[in-house]
Amino acid sequence: MAIVTPPRPEALAPEQPLHTPIRFLRRPTGYTKGVWGWMTTVDHKKIGIMYSATAFLFFLLGGLEALLLRVQLGAPDQTFLRADTYNQLFTMHGTTMIFLVIMPLSAGLANYLLPLMIGARDVAFPRLNALGFWVFLVGGLFMYSSFFLGGAPNGGWFGYVPLSRSIPGHNMDYWAFGLQILGIASLTGAVNLIVTVINMRAPGMSLMRMPIFVWMSLVAQFLLLFAIPIITVALFLLSFDRLFSTNFFNVSAGADPLLWQHLFWLFGHPEVYILILPAMGIVSEVLPVFSRKPLFGYQVMVFSGIAIGFMGWGVWAHHMFASGLGPVATSAFSASTMFIAVPTGVKIFNWISTMWKGKLTFTTPMMFAIGFVAMFTIGGLSGVTHGVVPADTQQTDTYYIVAHFHYVLFGGSMFGLFAGVYYWFPKFAGRLLDEKLGKLHFWLMFLGFNLTFGPFHILGLQGMPRRIYTYPEGRGWDVWNLVSTIGSFVIAASILVFMFNVWKNRKPQEVGDDPWDARTLEWTIPSPPPEYNFKEIPLVTSRDELWHRKYTEDEHGRSVRREVTEAQPTLAGTAVEPAPPEGHEGPDHVAGKAGTGDEHDGDGEHDGQAEEHEEHIHMPSPSYWPLVTSIGLPIICYGMIYKAWLVAILGGVWTLGSIYAWALEPATAPEDTPDHDPERGHDEAEAVHA
Amino acid sequence: MSSVTATSGSHVEIDPGHPPTSTGLSNEKVAMWSFLGSECLLFGALISTYLLFKGQDEPGQISPVDVFDIPYTSVSSFVLLMSSLTMVLALAGIQRGDHRRTRIWLLTTALLGASFVAGQAYEFTVFVREGMNLRVNLFSSSFFVLTGFHGAHVTIGVLMLLSLFSLSLKGKLPTSKAETVELVGLYWHFVDIVWIVIFTLVYLIP
Repeated sequence: MAIVTPPRPEALAPEQPLHTPIRFLRRPTGYTKGVWGWMTTVDHKKIGIMYSATAFLFFLLGGLEALLLRVQLGAPDQTFLRADTYNQLFTMHGTTMIFLVIMPLSAGLANYLLPLMIGARDVAFPRLNALGFWVFLVGGLFMYSSFFLGGAPNGGWFGYVPLSRSIPGHNMDYWAFGLQILGIASLTGAVNLIVTVINMRAPGMSLMRMPIFVWMSLVAQFLLLFAIPIITVALFLLSFDRLFSTNFFNVSAGADPLLWQHLFWLFGHPEVYILILPAMGIVSEVLPVFSRKPLFGYQVMVFSGIAIGFMGWGVWAHHMFASGLGPVATSAFSASTMFIAVPTGVKIFNWISTMWKGKLTFTTPMMFAIGFVAMFTIGGLSGVTHGVVPADTQQTDTYYIVAHFHYVLFGGSMFGLFAGVYYWFPKFAGRLLDEKLGKLHFWLMFLGFNLTFGPFHILGLQGMPRRIYTYPEGRGWDVWNLVSTIGSFVIAASILVFMFNVWKNRKPQEVGDDPWDARTLEWTIPSPPPEYNFKEIPLVTSRDELWHRKYTEDEHGRSVRREVTEAQPTLAGTAVEPAPPEGHEGPDHVAGKAGTGDEHDGDGEHDGQAEEHEEHIHMPSPSYWPLVTSIGLPIICYGMIYKAWLVAILGGVWTLGSIYAWALEPATAPEDTPDHDPERGHDEAEAVHA
Repeated sequence: MSSVTATSGSHVEIDPGHPPTSTGLSNEKVAMWSFLGSECLLFGALISTYLLFKGQDEPGQISPVDVFDIPYTSVSSFVLLMSSLTMVLALAGIQRGDHRRTRIWLLTTALLGASFVAGQAYEFTVFVREGMNLRVNLFSSSFFVLTGFHGAHVTIGVLMLLSLFSLSLKGKLPTSKAETVELVGLYWHFVDIVWIVIFTLVYLIP
C-alpha cells in the first residue's frame, strides 16, 4: 500500500521508453481495491484480520464438531454417530481448535498489533507475512478436503503410532501432510515476527519498555521457531512409513513407538505455551487499562514468561508417564512439571495484584480477562495434579485430562483471545462492540464453559475414558454427560450472541483514537489505523508510553491528566504540536526514515501542506506471489498422498517457479512510487498501461 | 538516511538503502540466523532418530560396516568442506567489488556442492545394489532419510548459488547486495557444519 494519495497521471506520463517487459501477471498496485486488494495485500493489518476471520470460521467448524460429539455422548448407548465418524470428528475437533483456531487467532492478533505496539509501519517481511496467511488457509482447506475425499483424519490429534501408521485409507495422510503445510505457515510467521520485534522497534522502545503482549508473543514465536522443526521431522518419519514403508515406527522391525511420543511431545509441550502465552499477554494488557493501574511487577512478568519459555522444553514426558519411562525419568519430569507452575503462579499473583485496589471498570474485555485468570487457575491446578505421577497414571486417558486441557485452552486461551477481540475491536474496525451483548456473551460462555467442562473432572475421576464413542448405562456417567451436553449448547448460544454483536455493529462509528483511555502506542493513531500506521515514527520515552503522554503525577502521587495541548516528543527530538504545522519541513523528512521503504523524494512536488506528509511514506507494494506460491503446496501433498508423482513434481515446480518470480520482484514496485528514477523508467511504463 | 537514531541515545550511521534497525543488523540477517536456529532442531531430531536406532537391528542384517566406504565418503566430505572456503572467497570478492572473481568462486562453490550431491547419489546407488533400500531395516530407513535430507539441503544451496551466479552475470548483483551473498554463505556453511556432524556420528564412530 504505497502512497495514500492517488497517482497523478501527469507525473508518470512523460517520456516513457516504448518497450515493456512481458509478464504473465501485471503487478497489483497500492490502489488495487476489492477482493484482489485483499488477495494481494501485504499490509500486516489486513493480513491480521484475514488470519482472525479465517480462524473464526474454523472455530465455528471445530465447534460444530464438538456439538456433534456432545450430542452423541449426551446419553448412554446413543447411535447418533457411528464409531468411525466419531473418531474423525474428535480428531478434527482437536486438530482444528489447536492448529486452525488458537494458533492463527494468536498469530492474527500478533500480526495486527505487534508493529503498532512497537511503533513500526509494517512487519519485517510483508510478503512473507502474506505467504504465512495463505499457506495457513490452504493447509486448513487441504485438511478439511479429506471429508470429501474418503474420510477425515481419525487417529487423534496426537497421531500416536503404531496406530496412525497402520490405519488404512488416506485419513492420517491428510493429517500428516496438512500439519506439514501449517508448520510452514507457523515457521515463516515466527521468523517474521521475531525479526520485527527484535529489529523494528521505534526509537526509545527498548526491550524492557515493550508492551507485555509483545513480549509474550515474542516468546511464543521463539517456541514456534524451535518446536515446529521437531514435529516436521516426526511427521516426515510417519509419512515415509505410510508412503514408502520405512521402518521408523515399525515395531516388528524393532522400532520403538516411544520415539513418536518423544518427538511429538517435545513439540507438543512447548506448543501448549505457544497457545497460552499470547493470551497471557493480552490479559496483561487488558487488566491494567481497566484497573487504572500499571501492570504489577512488569519485569517479573517478562522474566516469568521467558522462564516458562525455557522450562517448557523440560516437561514433555509428563504426557508419557503411563508409558513406563522408568523411575529416574519419571521423577525428573514430575519435578520439572511442578516447578513450571512457579512462574505461572507468579503471573497469576501479579494479575491479582494489578487489580488490587485499582479502580476497576467491568467492561466486556475486563470480564473476559478476569474470567481467564479464574479459569486458567483451575486448569493450572489440575495440571499440577498431573505432575504427581501416581495420580497421573490413574488420570491418564480419562475425562479428567480432557477437563484439564479445556480449562487451560478454552478457559485460558479462548477467554484471553476474546478479551483481546473485544478490547482491540475498536482499533481494528473503528467501532465498539455492544457492551450489553458483550456481557451476555461473557456470562453465557462462562456458564456454558463450566457446565460443559466442570463435570469432566468428575467423570474422569469416576473412570470414564477419553475417545469412547458411547458408553453403557449404569456407570454413573449419565447425569454429568447430559449436563455437559447442555452446557455445550449454552456455549454455542454465546457464540451466536457474539456474531450478532459483530453484525449489529457493522456500521462504522466515531470511536476516536483511544476509547478505553489505554496505555500503549496503538491507541495513539486513528481507528482503524491508516495503511502506514504512524504518520511520524513515535519517540518512546517510557513504558506505557501513551499513559505518560496523557497523565502525570501531582505532589501526592496521584495521576492527573496533562494539558491536552502539551507538546509531544517526536523522532526529530523536537516537540511539535499535535497538529503538524503547515509548511514545516523537518519532521516529515524524518518521518519516513524508520519506515519500511525508502522515503526520498526527488521530484520536489510537495508543497508543504500538512496532508502531504503522507505522500512520503512508501509502503511495500502488494503482490500476487505469496498467494500463488501457497497454491503449490497442497498440489505437492495431493500428489504425494495418492502417489501421483507427476502431480507432486508439478506442484514442486509451481512452488519453485513462484519463489523465483517472487525473489526477482522488488519489494516496492517501481510503478508504485512517484519517484523519477532513471533506472526504473521502463517499469513506470507499466503504470501508464494500468 | 544517515544519522537516524536507531536506539535511544546512540547514533548509528546506516548505509543508504538499509532502513535503520534496532540492532543495527539487517532484517534479512536476523531472519537467516533465526531460520538456521530452527534448522538445528530439524537435524537434531533426525540425527537423534538415527542414533536411537543405531545397532537395534537383528544381527545378520545389513549394517554400516557392510556398506560404508570411508575413504570414498571422506573425499566427498573434503569436497564439501572446500566449498566453504570458495564461498568465503566469493563473499570477499563481492565485498571488494571484484565481480569477476565473485562469479568464479560462486560457480566453483556450486560445482563443488553439486559434486558432493552427485557423489551421494552414486553412493546411494551402490548401497541399493548391495541390497539396501528404504524398507530393509531400521538402519537403512534412518540412514537414507537423514543423509537424504542433508543432500536436499545441499541441492537447495546449489540452486541458490547458481541463481546468484546468473544474477551476477546479468549485472544484477552489485556490491551493494553483497549481503545476499553473505546470507547464502551462512546457509552454506551451516549445511557444511551439519555434514561434519553427520559424517562423524554416522560414518566414523563405529
